[in-house]
Amino acid sequence: MISEAVATHPIVVALQQESSSWLVSANIALGELTIEVEADRVAHVCRFLRDEKAFNRLSTVTAVDRYPVEPRFEVVYHLYSISLKRRVRVKARVVSENPELDSVIPVWPSANWYEREVFDLFGIRFRNHPEMTRILMPEGWEGHPLRKDYPVHGHRYDYAEPEGGNSL
Amino acid sequence: MSDVGLSDLPVTADLRKVLETPATSRPRHMVLNMGPQHPSTHGVLRIVIELDGEFIVKARSDIGFLHTGIEKQSEALTYQQVVTLTDRVDYLANLSNNLAYCLAVEKLLQLEIPPKAQWMRVMLVELTRLNSHLVWLGTHALDIGAMTVFLYCMREREDLLRIFEMFSGQRMMTSYIRVGGLALEPPRGWETLVDKFLGYFPSKVDEYDDLLRKNPIWMNRTQNIGQMDVDAMIAMGITGPMLRGAGVQTDVRRDEPYSSYDKFDFEIPTETANDVYARYRVRVREMRESVKIIRQAREGMPEGAYQAAAPQVVLPEREKMKSQMEALIYHFKIVSEGIRVPAGEVYHAIESPRGELGYYIVSDGTSKPLRLHMRTPSFGNLQALPQMIEGKLIADVVAILGSVDIVLGDVDR
Repeated sequence: MISEAVATHPIVVALQQESSSWLVSANIALGELTIEVEADRVAHVCRFLRDEKAFNRLSTVTAVDRYPVEPRFEVVYHLYSISLKRRVRVKARVVSENPELDSVIPVWPSANWYEREVFDLFGIRFRNHPEMTRILMPEGWEGHPLRKDYPVHGHRYDYAEPEGGNSL
Repeated sequence: MSDVGLSDLPVTADLRKVLETPATSRPRHMVLNMGPQHPSTHGVLRIVIELDGEFIVKARSDIGFLHTGIEKQSEALTYQQVVTLTDRVDYLANLSNNLAYCLAVEKLLQLEIPPKAQWMRVMLVELTRLNSHLVWLGTHALDIGAMTVFLYCMREREDLLRIFEMFSGQRMMTSYIRVGGLALEPPRGWETLVDKFLGYFPSKVDEYDDLLRKNPIWMNRTQNIGQMDVDAMIAMGITGPMLRGAGVQTDVRRDEPYSSYDKFDFEIPTETANDVYARYRVRVREMRESVKIIRQAREGMPEGAYQAAAPQVVLPEREKMKSQMEALIYHFKIVSEGIRVPAGEVYHAIESPRGELGYYIVSDGTSKPLRLHMRTPSFGNLQALPQMIEGKLIADVVAILGSVDIVLGDVDR
């Protein structure tokens, strides 16, 4: 779904000219442009935006867990162009079973730690990443904390509830 | 030396990675474990360094020791409660974090903030920048061996903390900037304290600058080290004073003005040398610019409300709550259920003392964020450390790390 307001946006037009199958949807909300692309095409779109649209910096990579909606995860890239002072948000949806995406390290080396963080906290793997290991949580940790089915107190919760339950 | 003491170290994946590197290079390499408890890492950062003599062949930073799951905790708290967590992300620039978070939520709420609150925010955030830069300058100089500057910086910082305490009742975890404006009416007499500070601080900056620039050890240890290719810096996601020290004119305050920064007159200092000394120059000049901004904010402080006129978001005055039914209802709803934020997503970035600080918030229309992500400047900047120290002398690691100006709370969140 490409809303009318963004159909003429130069970035959207350029992406559609490059390949019409990349875009899933695009919209502008609160002055921010969001582009959703096919998960397999993220690396291509990022390369295109860097080379053709001067988005030379990757601000951050993160994910959103939409549990129990399927496809469950949204991987979100925030790009910034230093020369044009412009931002764009690129999104891709990933299914819950064996979530995997192409790494964008070849486009921006800074993606390295951000992708490790997404793997660590969400369990989404990035193909061709030089080391898909945990970065913030200890090695050998079970589970991925930022998933919605992971309790806030963690799984290793050895606090014994008082008899008769918690009374406020 | 290659095997001395190695068996005593806990062999984690990081260390293993260095150890298992094929020994194609000369065999007498030593692996050094710097941190996690090392005074020069400014917190708990571990750097595994492979040395050939005194030269660094390879380096890796190991982070996560200070991970407190703030992003996860935020999902279980209401929008107002999260403000207190943002203080704890970057504990030297707590007000910057308060501001970035509140601006993001306010963008979702499409809330208009009264001018007085905006100017007050600018003034406080610039005071925070001074606070952060003072701690940076003091510890950076201390790392390189200049003890005096540290004591001087801490002395001036004390007055800043007193100002924060006067405003919010807290020295460090202020939580003074809230969704919809400020937490409290600015206290009576704040002008006196700020004026006093502005009166003497510029001469103190000159004093630090004199102390360090006339010190040949400082000059030798900071010049011509820590350089990195500018394009590589951008590709590595480096922001803030480090990038400006490489000659790139970029500053969120100027490029995407927020909180009426466009009404202030200030310069964006840049340097071209791109070494540790250039970063020092940028930050010292930034301190002078901050003083300019604070003075403008102090002199032109608008009159009026310090909170937005939005009863669904801002708690009513105590007296109104006791006498007016509607105010009581809003008070009850805000306290018991929190503020409802329209569904949507937003990314708002500000220029923190360390670089681009952005909050990405996804709301599902309830009173708690569905997802809150912090784009913290230290995380982005620290990632490039190995590129800056590989091939350099071990003695330079501390100087280069100091020039990155990391806060580990900001890295690990």
